Amino acid sequence: MLLVVLTVMCVIAARAKLVPGKAQSIVEMLIEFVNTSIIQNTLGLRAGKQYAPMLITMFFLIFSMNLAGVIPGLNLSGNSVIGLPLLLALWTFATYVIFGVRKHGVVGYLKHETMPPGVPKIIYLLLIPIEFLQVAVIRWASLTIRLLANMVAGHIMMVVFIGMTHALLFSGSALIALSPFAGALAIGIYGFEIFVAALQAFIFTMLSAVYIQMATSDEH
Amino acid sequence: MDTTTLAEMTGNIATVGYGLAAIGPGIGIGIIVGKTAEAMARQPELRGQLQTTMFIGIAFTEILTLLAIVTGFIF
Repeated sequence: MLLVVLTVMCVIAARAKLVPGKAQSIVEMLIEFVNTSIIQNTLGLRAGKQYAPMLITMFFLIFSMNLAGVIPGLNLSGNSVIGLPLLLALWTFATYVIFGVRKHGVVGYLKHETMPPGVPKIIYLLLIPIEFLQVAVIRWASLTIRLLANMVAGHIMMVVFIGMTHALLFSGSALIALSPFAGALAIGIYGFEIFVAALQAFIFTMLSAVYIQMATSDEH
Repeated sequence: MDTTTLAEMTGNIATVGYGLAAIGPGIGIGIIVGKTAEAMARQPELRGQLQTTMFIGIAFTEILTLLAIVTGFIF
């Protein structure tokens, strides 16, 4: 799937023209969507340009991998095995820590992330460990689990509904009458999975952008 | 089955865990989306921004339910 996407993208990029054809305009529309509604909305124009290649790559990687889960014959989404989501989440983690440290310095970065201003002094005792844990562990762990669990659960749901249709159809009793409804439900779930594939790619990229923005923003 | 027991259940009680875990985030996501719809009705020109915020909120709420799926597989 990844190879197919890479090939298609290379072919389209190699034949890029000033007046785009059909395929080129679809790809341009997708990239434009990621660029404006995700990156520039959260990161702003100037910083957005700096991180745009990474985030756009991320979006297309996740999206194509997720689509592999709903194309018959390709069988399993790359994101329903823990390796790929973990790698992507750690990539985000490394990016925001590195750029945060580069901007604020090590101490400044830790202070920036763990000590939100305008809180009574004594609350800091409670707040600093929580915030630190969130920055260091919870963010990337939750990115991983979100993507992984969505893909796994979607796949299981499809199997359950198609299996139910099958079982009802071959039950040999009055239950056969129910099988068309189960089949319709399975097709509905299938459509929902395509939607989820796009949504998860969107959310993952979105949250990465938000985390980077949190790490590199100026003092308020 | 002897006659003194009225109802008997076999299996692991943990199977209802996911159902229980889906209650809270279900309510939460309902509130998020409802409020966003309300806000969009009041300020249609902020639609894009509100939707973005809504998706971030949903993502943070949803993770609680997804944790339940993962916990079910681990333990």
